Amino acid sequence: MEFFFEVLIGGLLSGVMYSLVALGFVLIYKASGVFNFAQGAMVYFAALTFAGFVDMGAPLPVAFVGAFVSMIVLGILTERVVLRPLVNQPQITLFMATIGLAFFIEGLAQIVWGASTRRIDLGITDEPIPYILDRFNMVVSTFDLIAAVIAGALVAVLAAFFQYTKIGRALRAVADDHQAALSIGIPLQHIWAIIWTVAGFVALVAGMLWGARNGAQFALTFVALKALPVLILGGFTSILGAIVGGLIIGSTEKLAEVYIGPMVGGGIENWFPYVLALFFLLVRPEGLFGEKHIDRV
Amino acid sequence: MSARKIGEVILDLQNISLRFGGVKALTDISFNVREHEVRAIIGPNGAGKSSMLNVINGVYHPQEGTIIFRGEKRHEMEANAAAKAGFARTFQNIALFKGMSVLDNLMTGRNLKLKTNFLQQAIWWGPARREELENRQKVEEVIDFLEIEHIRKTPVGRLPYGLQKRVELGRALAAEPQILLLDEPMAGMNVEEKQDMCRFILDVNDQFGTTIVLIEHDMGVVMDISDRVVVLDYGKKIGDGTPDEVKNNPEVISAYLGTQH
Amino acid sequence: MLYRETGQFKTTYAADQQIFPIRQDRIAIGLLLAVAFLGVPLVADQYWLSAILIPFLIFALATLGLNILTGYAGQLSLGSAAFMAVGAFGAYNFILRLDMPIIPAFLLGGLCAATVGILFGLPSLRIKGFYLAVATLAAQFFVVWGLTKFGWFSNYSSSGVITAQDMEIFGFPIDSPVSKYLLTLTIVSLLALMAKNMVRSNTGRSWMAVRDMDVAAEVIGIPLMKTKLLAFAVSSFYCGVAGALAAYCYLGTVEPDYFTLDLSFKILFMVIVGGVGSILGSFFGAAFIILLPIFLNIVLHPLFGLFGIDISTAIVSNMELMIFGGLIIFFLAVEPHGLARLWQIGKEKLRIWPFPH
Repeated sequence: MEFFFEVLIGGLLSGVMYSLVALGFVLIYKASGVFNFAQGAMVYFAALTFAGFVDMGAPLPVAFVGAFVSMIVLGILTERVVLRPLVNQPQITLFMATIGLAFFIEGLAQIVWGASTRRIDLGITDEPIPYILDRFNMVVSTFDLIAAVIAGALVAVLAAFFQYTKIGRALRAVADDHQAALSIGIPLQHIWAIIWTVAGFVALVAGMLWGARNGAQFALTFVALKALPVLILGGFTSILGAIVGGLIIGSTEKLAEVYIGPMVGGGIENWFPYVLALFFLLVRPEGLFGEKHIDRV
Repeated sequence: MSARKIGEVILDLQNISLRFGGVKALTDISFNVREHEVRAIIGPNGAGKSSMLNVINGVYHPQEGTIIFRGEKRHEMEANAAAKAGFARTFQNIALFKGMSVLDNLMTGRNLKLKTNFLQQAIWWGPARREELENRQKVEEVIDFLEIEHIRKTPVGRLPYGLQKRVELGRALAAEPQILLLDEPMAGMNVEEKQDMCRFILDVNDQFGTTIVLIEHDMGVVMDISDRVVVLDYGKKIGDGTPDEVKNNPEVISAYLGTQH
Repeated sequence: MLYRETGQFKTTYAADQQIFPIRQDRIAIGLLLAVAFLGVPLVADQYWLSAILIPFLIFALATLGLNILTGYAGQLSLGSAAFMAVGAFGAYNFILRLDMPIIPAFLLGGLCAATVGILFGLPSLRIKGFYLAVATLAAQFFVVWGLTKFGWFSNYSSSGVITAQDMEIFGFPIDSPVSKYLLTLTIVSLLALMAKNMVRSNTGRSWMAVRDMDVAAEVIGIPLMKTKLLAFAVSSFYCGVAGALAAYCYLGTVEPDYFTLDLSFKILFMVIVGGVGSILGSFFGAAFIILLPIFLNIVLHPLFGLFGIDISTAIVSNMELMIFGGLIIFFLAVEPHGLARLWQIGKEKLRIWPFPH
């Protein structure tokens, strides 16, 4: 039983990472109706940039600011070059465009910073918490716990930002109806640039945390692929959904790997979330927290 | 009007109720349609007219009620089954296949008449080609009838609104329907286009004996071309009868003009 | 005055419904086929055949498959490579275990892919757009995992590698690049013709109707389920045959890991660049995406050399990523119907040349 909880907690904590990446997706989807496949590439780009600045000798806060500025530039450029020409196109076209964007960002990141894995040291130890180890005989890493706290704080900040600021209100208006928002004088393009920047910020946090655990490496881009099932579970428009979905995917894939994996030769982590999401789609297409959509004729 | 004879009741709707979540779109509506007649459904915006058509050909499924079509009793229609039974329709917001030419749209309208399978069609030579040519012939007749020869190869997305409406009628006609459901066929048209459309509708009714159920806002048109009119308001039936009867029905007048208090 | 349809009156619907209604087009396609079947084998060297023309044809076929599903039926798929893998491993097992001749084995490999395609296409009945991407991604990861994990598929070779058996057709050995090229060309031409026939008849119109407006399609009697699943089946069949050809005529030995998500993306890019919803465009797209890296390799080194910069292969391949990505965005924004549309515009201009209108 202890083993079960250990796997479960490990899964939940890695689910936090999925949640963070999925959060970036939700932000952009809410504001512009774009399913941003490039979110993973953005995480990779952010992590590499941060690590790159650190390797050049910058202190952590400076590197953080530097990487954030890069993400702002990237967000604004994306709005200019990708979103603006494609406004009013079908969602599926925008989706394919973000696949192109993902390739572009991956290529760019590797040209600027090189393709080799860079280590990120945030000064947080990755060791079991002694108290929990003694008391419950379970291995829970300090690092994972801190990561979870940071993710939680980020979600709280974003929720408050959406709910209580003027920009947040504008964002919600845009999410509801582009045209109506435009007609009452909300500058759509600014809003998009802002939201992509915020998504870039989320990507940076995710990249730093994930990179500190496993190094800033190309595999980060695959994390984004996991975010898709996360969103299907949680609903594409719900911040809370992204968090819960991430936790569910994170924990079930670890549990499945440990308990079902040995029966079929292992390695099922790769596809299990998709199959789970698929079954979920058949039962509840709008996700746990998504809005139900009625087709009108 | 011509010598066409209005026949028996072929479609009978009984106590239809339709809800979307908590919103009641239709409440306990009953009316019938006779063979070969032009039956209009009128009512203010949001009265549930389009929902009514959607129930008739199975796009929406009512929670309560019975639909009797040609003596066959069912709780709800299925869109596919309705098409097979001879229903065809047009939509309020044109629902053409935008990426395809006028000709292809009309040919698609005839899809139920094409019987070869995809393998025969992949081989093309033989039955598939023969069938394609026969149906092209029929479609060209519709094209002639609607006077749209000059645009047959044009992608429908490029056509002006009035012509798109006409092509959509063409797609419905290509199926050689027994009952034609028209959802605001003249909305947004100028007088000339409306006259054309009226002529087409009456000709269809006259020449092919097609039964027509239509929704229209232009009262002049409705009173002119329909045999019987049913009036809906807030999802309830408030009037049913000949144009003259409906015109003088106090409830209908108050729904349209407001009640004096 | 070369490209004119003046004076070519059509008096029957049969004449109007030919694949190439304009005489000059018919002559051109005839010449192209003659060159492909007779000219190329005489002049092309081994590099051109094995490294460019054969993969071009194979990927054109896979692109055609994806185009049927995405371009015509409007269902996005990110799992084309998985269906290719099923075709390749299917054909391998039919030959290995049943000692089957290669052509039936390829076709049965395609049918296996079609079956898997239908299975993963089932969710399309409930979900649309990029939601469907998750179903095809599931196919992508699941299939590659299954082929790697279960040794039976690769006859228990290490890491799932299969090696193509020797091929022959009616006693003629298919071992030289020329013979492999001709085999590929024949199969691809026939399947392309069949695809063209399907999309210009009721099957294709039903696909496009479902793509353009599914509610209206249902109302006029098109069965959504059957139409979508048929698109999945036919599309996966084409990808499956392409996979079998890739294993037997192009690569020789192949492992499941060859058929990655990246390959699926590449095929999707071929569709976008070539032209969504165009048979001809599939060939353009495949040619473009295959030739681009070769072109970049030839051009970039000397180009940077001019400025005295020596660039590494890694940088070239990363620039390739950026250029691919940029092109996709460019095409989607500027010419969503891809090279096929540009070709069409070119032809229309030529028809009225030298006048502008």
